[in-house]
Amino acid sequence: MRPPIRIRLKDDLGRFSLDVRFEAPGRGVTALFGPSGSGKTTILRCIAGLHRAKLGEVIVEDWPWQVDGLFRPVHERPIGYVFQEASLFAHLNVRGNLTFGMPAVAQPDDLPLDEVVQLLGLANLIDRNPASLSGGERQRVAIGRALLSQPRLLLMDEPLAALDQASRDEILPFLERLHDRLSLPIIYVTHDMREVERLADHIVLIEQGRVIAAGPMAQVQSDPQLPLMKLRDASVTMLARIIARDRSYGLTTLAVDGGTFLVPMMQGEVDEYHRLRIAASDVSLAREQPNPSTIANNLRARILDLRHTDDHQIVVVLGLGEAGFGERLLARVTRHSFDELQLAKGLSVFVQIKSVALMGAR
Amino acid sequence: MNLAPDIWLSLWLTIKLAALSTVILLLIGTPLAWWLARSRHMAVDIVGSLVAMPLVLPPTVLGFYLLMILGPNGPGGLLAGLWGQRTLAFSFTGLVIGSVVYSLPFVVQPIRNAFVALGERPLEVAATLRATPWQSFWRVAVPLARPGFLTGAILGFAHTMGEFGVVLMIGGNIPGETKVLSVAIYDFVETAQWAQAHLLSALMVVLALAIILSVSLIEKRIGRQAL
Repeated sequence: MRPPIRIRLKDDLGRFSLDVRFEAPGRGVTALFGPSGSGKTTILRCIAGLHRAKLGEVIVEDWPWQVDGLFRPVHERPIGYVFQEASLFAHLNVRGNLTFGMPAVAQPDDLPLDEVVQLLGLANLIDRNPASLSGGERQRVAIGRALLSQPRLLLMDEPLAALDQASRDEILPFLERLHDRLSLPIIYVTHDMREVERLADHIVLIEQGRVIAAGPMAQVQSDPQLPLMKLRDASVTMLARIIARDRSYGLTTLAVDGGTFLVPMMQGEVDEYHRLRIAASDVSLAREQPNPSTIANNLRARILDLRHTDDHQIVVVLGLGEAGFGERLLARVTRHSFDELQLAKGLSVFVQIKSVALMGAR
Repeated sequence: MNLAPDIWLSLWLTIKLAALSTVILLLIGTPLAWWLARSRHMAVDIVGSLVAMPLVLPPTVLGFYLLMILGPNGPGGLLAGLWGQRTLAFSFTGLVIGSVVYSLPFVVQPIRNAFVALGERPLEVAATLRATPWQSFWRVAVPLARPGFLTGAILGFAHTMGEFGVVLMIGGNIPGETKVLSVAIYDFVETAQWAQAHLLSALMVVLALAIILSVSLIEKRIGRQAL
C-alpha cells in the first residue's frame, strides 16, 4: 500500500477563503464532495500545480510537490488530470491524443497502450478525429490519455458533469473497472452523490472552502453529525460477497458484516464482491420478529444513534447483528412510529429492507 | 511585346524581398505574438499599439522615420559603417528592414489572435501530460494556431509585395537593388509607357487575387478539418 496523500492548503478565493487539510489514502477512490462553488476544483488544481495556493503543502508518496518555498511545476508532477470537458487536442487523432503523454522510454510496470484501449473500449475509435466522437467517447479518450502518461495519482474534475445521462451511464462502468483493475489512487471531484456512491471508497466533504468531514464512505454516510444524513436520499454503501446463488428462484445471497441479503438474480459468481447501496427510506424497523412477508430481507440490528430531520422524521443509525458491531445501516422513520415503537439508542431491533441497489462488481 | 530585362529584375527583386521579409517576420512575429497573447505585463498594451502603428500611419511618415534611422547619421548608418557602407537606406537590406516594420502587424495580429483563441486549457492539458512549456509550445500551441500562421505569412508576403510609399522613401529607384514592381509601374506611368504599366498592373492584380483566394481556401479547408 502506498503512503497517503497529504494536503494542506490556504488561499483567498475572493468569495471565500480556502483552508483545507486532509489525507487521502494511497489507493482507491477518494471523492471530494460538496456543492458547486465550494472550492473542490481549486483544491484539485492545487494538487496538480495548475493553481498555486498562497500557503500549501502537497505531499504524495512522501514526495513534496509543494511545501514552504518549493513548488514543483505541473509537468514535473506524475499526475493524470481529467477535466470536466474532455479537452482533446484537435490537431491529433485519437491515437495521437492517447500517446501524447506516454514516456519516451517505457518502464516494465507501465500500463501498455493495448490494455488502456481494451479497458476503455477504444479499439474502434483509434484512428478517428476527436471532432467525430460523441461526448462520452471523448471523455473515455481523455481518461485513457491521462492513464497512459503513467501517473502515480489520477485527478478527475467532475468528469461526467458535462455529459448527458446516456453518456454518464456509458462511462460509469468504465470508471468502476478502472477502480478495480488499477492500484492507482484517484481523487474524484463531484457534486453528484450517485457518482460518489458508485465509485468512492473514501470521502472528503467540502463546504465553503472548508473540510467538514473526511473518512471511509460508510463511516461518513452514517455519521449523525454530518449533513449527508439529512439528504432526502440518504443511504449507505457497502461491499458484499456473493455466498450462494439460487437459479430456480433467480436469487442471489450476499453476505456483509453482520447479516445476509437476498437479492434478485444478477451476473456474478460465488465469492465475488459487489457494491450495494441501501437507501434510508427503504429500511423499516420492527421491535419483534416480523411475520413472513413479501419483503425478503429481515435482519437483526442495534440502534446506535439517531438524528431528527426538519420534517418530523428521524434517521436512525443501525449496526447490523445482535450486538450492532456489523455494517452501518440507515433507516428513515417518522417521529410518530419512532415514539409508538418506543425506539431508543442501544435497542436491538429487526430491520426490513425493501430494496437493495447493486452498484456493480468489485 | 518584349518586356525589358529590368522588369524581370524588378519581379525577381519583389519576390525576393517579400519572401525574405516573410521569413524574418515569422521569426520575429511568433515570439512577439506569443508574448502579446499570454503576458499580463503592463507593457503589452504599449508594445501592441506600437506593432499596430503601421496600420494607421501614412507610409511616408513611416518611411521618413526609417530614413532617419537607416540613413548615414542614424544608427543604421553607424551599423552599415561596420562593413564599409555609408548608409542602410537605398539598399536592399534597408528595404527588408522597412518591409519588416511595415508588415509586422499583418503577421503578428493573426498569430496573436490564434494564440489567444487557444485559451488556457490545451496548454494546461499538455502540462498535466508532462510536456515542458517549450514542448507545449511546439507540440500544441503552434499546430493548433496553424491557420493563424498561414494567414499571417500570406498577408505579410502580399503586403510586402504591394508596398510603395515606404520603398519610395527609403529605397529610391535602383534597378536590381531597390526597384520593386510597384515602383517600376510608377516609373512607366511617369514616362508614359502605358503598355508596360498595363502589363505589370494586370500581373499584380492577378497575383493579389490568387493570394486572397488562397487565404480563404486555406481557411475553409482548415475549418472543415476542425469539424
